Amino acid sequence: MFAYYLDLALRSLRRNKVLTTLMVLALALGIGATITTLTVLRLLSGDPLPQKSAHLFYPQLDPNAKDGYIVGQTKPAPTMTYVDAMNLLHAHRAVRQAAMALSQAKILPQQGGKHPFFSDAVMTTADFFAMFDAPFQYGGGWTAADDDSGAQLVVIASFLNDKLFGGADSVGKTIRLNDRDFRIVGVLKPWAPQPRFYAQDLGGRSYGDGDAAFLPLRTARAIDMGPQDTECYAAVTDIKHLETAPCMWLGVWVELADDTAVADYRSFLSGYAQQQIAQGRFERPETALLDLMGWLRDQQVVPDDVRLQAGLAFGFLLICVVNTVGLLLAKCLRRSQEIGVRRALGATRREIFTQFMVEAAIVGMAGGVLGLLFAELGLLGIRHQPAEYASLAHLDLGMFFFTFVVALGASLIAGILPAWRACVLAPAPQLKAA
Amino acid sequence: MEIRPIFASLRKHRIPACLIVLEIALACAVLCNAVFMISQRVSDIHLGNAIDEPGIATVVLRGTDDKLVGSDIPRNLAALRGIAGVQAVAVTSTLPLSHNNWGWSFGLDPDATISDQKSHNVSLYFVGEGADQALGLRLLQGRFFNGDEYAGSKFDTAPLPETHVVVITQSLAKKLWPGQSALGKTLYSMPHYYTVIGVVADVLRPAIGTHSGPYTYDSTYYPLSADGSKGVLAYYLIRSAPQDRDRILREAEQTLAKLNPGAVTKGQTYSDIRNKYFADMSSMAWMLVLVCVVMLAVTAFGIVGLTSFWVGQRRRQIGIRRAVGATRGHIMQYFQTENLLLTTAGVAIGMGLAFGINVYLMQHYEMSRMPWYYLPGGALSLWLLGQASVFGPAQKAASVPPVVATRSV
Repeated sequence: MFAYYLDLALRSLRRNKVLTTLMVLALALGIGATITTLTVLRLLSGDPLPQKSAHLFYPQLDPNAKDGYIVGQTKPAPTMTYVDAMNLLHAHRAVRQAAMALSQAKILPQQGGKHPFFSDAVMTTADFFAMFDAPFQYGGGWTAADDDSGAQLVVIASFLNDKLFGGADSVGKTIRLNDRDFRIVGVLKPWAPQPRFYAQDLGGRSYGDGDAAFLPLRTARAIDMGPQDTECYAAVTDIKHLETAPCMWLGVWVELADDTAVADYRSFLSGYAQQQIAQGRFERPETALLDLMGWLRDQQVVPDDVRLQAGLAFGFLLICVVNTVGLLLAKCLRRSQEIGVRRALGATRREIFTQFMVEAAIVGMAGGVLGLLFAELGLLGIRHQPAEYASLAHLDLGMFFFTFVVALGASLIAGILPAWRACVLAPAPQLKAA
Repeated sequence: MEIRPIFASLRKHRIPACLIVLEIALACAVLCNAVFMISQRVSDIHLGNAIDEPGIATVVLRGTDDKLVGSDIPRNLAALRGIAGVQAVAVTSTLPLSHNNWGWSFGLDPDATISDQKSHNVSLYFVGEGADQALGLRLLQGRFFNGDEYAGSKFDTAPLPETHVVVITQSLAKKLWPGQSALGKTLYSMPHYYTVIGVVADVLRPAIGTHSGPYTYDSTYYPLSADGSKGVLAYYLIRSAPQDRDRILREAEQTLAKLNPGAVTKGQTYSDIRNKYFADMSSMAWMLVLVCVVMLAVTAFGIVGLTSFWVGQRRRQIGIRRAVGATRGHIMQYFQTENLLLTTAGVAIGMGLAFGINVYLMQHYEMSRMPWYYLPGGALSLWLLGQASVFGPAQKAASVPPVVATRSV
């Protein structure tokens, strides 16, 4: 029976080519726009570290003055002072913990005649790599002892290793960073979480290839590497010594095993703030401990424009569906006589309804295929945009199937009204008219 | 024209009529908001900036030895001056829209600190001698810095320079001292203070956020000597006639790279900097334009489709009217009036929707209130769209010969 409906539907669609083309085109445009923007939205709001994100937390404190503080409403500061970051690290209340800031490093290739260039660098502490599951190609990270001694060593990204050493094992070799020699202890495999959650609010880019060099915080500071972003909350006399200045410039991440550990850490954090208030360092008791995804939401890492685009695309899809309803309705009402004949020959209402839904579904599938093409075109357009996430915009398998789900869903919804109108037509008047 | 028969006929085709109204309403709501978003972005992209944008090129020089800047900077500037066609050169810490922002908060009382709630956050531009010429700053009141002020200003361990003079933009002057002259007034951030000696036409900040706002022009200028600049002065500005600019930029980049082999040089015209800053915004604006066009096309398709269907269905009715004396013009008018009524209903609902969406966007996104004239503007364009799309089917209807009335009764 289904094959018969299919045949009927195809005949009917062929009979009125212009109307059919309009329907398919309208639906395809709506679907293309929706899938394009949803792909970008999903890319931007994705989990950068799915296997670990539930265990990673971002503690926050607030060393700002009481002036302007509203209990329960003022959010704690997004970054930390050196003193607080070190106090939290040295308390060892989490499985792992690391402090970090972003910087720029001038890298000088050893081969003669090559020009120096600037790359993104991270100054951090020993637990960084294990905590974020950063995979090593060669060698490994450094130890807490290296942190304390300020050893001149560095971990480099695979793309930097490719550029400087042609991808060979470079552990033990030296590279020249900011006009000083550093010993390479590890080379990462390609690793670039999207978004780069650990760089959020440290002044770095959120998307892209990732950082090129990772060096111990104390070592980096000893050669005067400065953070990308510094926020001061009181009069500063010596900005050179950021370790003692009333300025915030470090992000701290901690790894916590379970809910009990999270609750414990939370009370440790507010206890720490209270203790600092008692010592006269802090005036505000506010603290926070957001998990990775919570922190990204809090930071509104997805640009407003992208969410606006997605909303707009859905509005557009709605217009296209309403349009398809109208055109399908026009088509089916025009065929009242045919329906009358089929009903008189014994077709039930249910069968008429099914027939028209099959027709709508075919329009939907055609709209889906064409919509997929439009989505690919849209994504191609996005990849040519200057946005930093642009190169990542690709249709994945999930989105591919989702396109057809949307197309079929939209066309079936659009088909219900016309199909219902068709099946409730009384057969007799139609026959008479014919 | 009598519209009662139209109403009677529309009542018989309630569902298709409602669909057209709904389609127009949705199109009106989305269109008004999308056009408003486009206009906001376009006005941001064209924000005024009182520097000589087409004549400025810059080479950023980083990774130099801070101890040698005192001799490096004058040598580099002298070499740049030697390039044919160069009108002015100078060195600064940053440029408008370069993203390289140095912000600080100042108050108007001598005991003001950076953390005071009443303090104003401003962007700081540190400039070397001749920067007013190289940027093309327009002095409105007072004077720019003199040689002594440049020579006496330097960075030590403090985050602010050791000097006591500042030049500010007109917007900032008006905001800080409304109704008074800013000259001779003082900005404070313990233990630093700076006296305003000049006011210049509005220059954008190095970063203005995603949308322009009341702080877009809060820029301040401080003199800085090459000697005491500690690597802050990295933007070499070269001003020239616009037609020489690209050639001069290439030569300047080579010159500086040759003089500073250990450093990293990056040349850009000012137009590049500006285009790059607004690139996301302009691609968003283009996307919105595309969506509007396609949406209007889809709406027009819908109207054409449904009206053609109506015409097909009413061939006999039309034939009868023609037979009893209606002219082709009457038939045309009938369909055009019908469409006008439907569009008006759609626009009425659409305006309500457009307003609702605008309020929602204002609450959840950085969006301002839509000016009133967007609503009549949207209505007018949809009326035109409706009339244009109904024209074809109506003409087809008008061409129905009266003889149809006599067939198959």
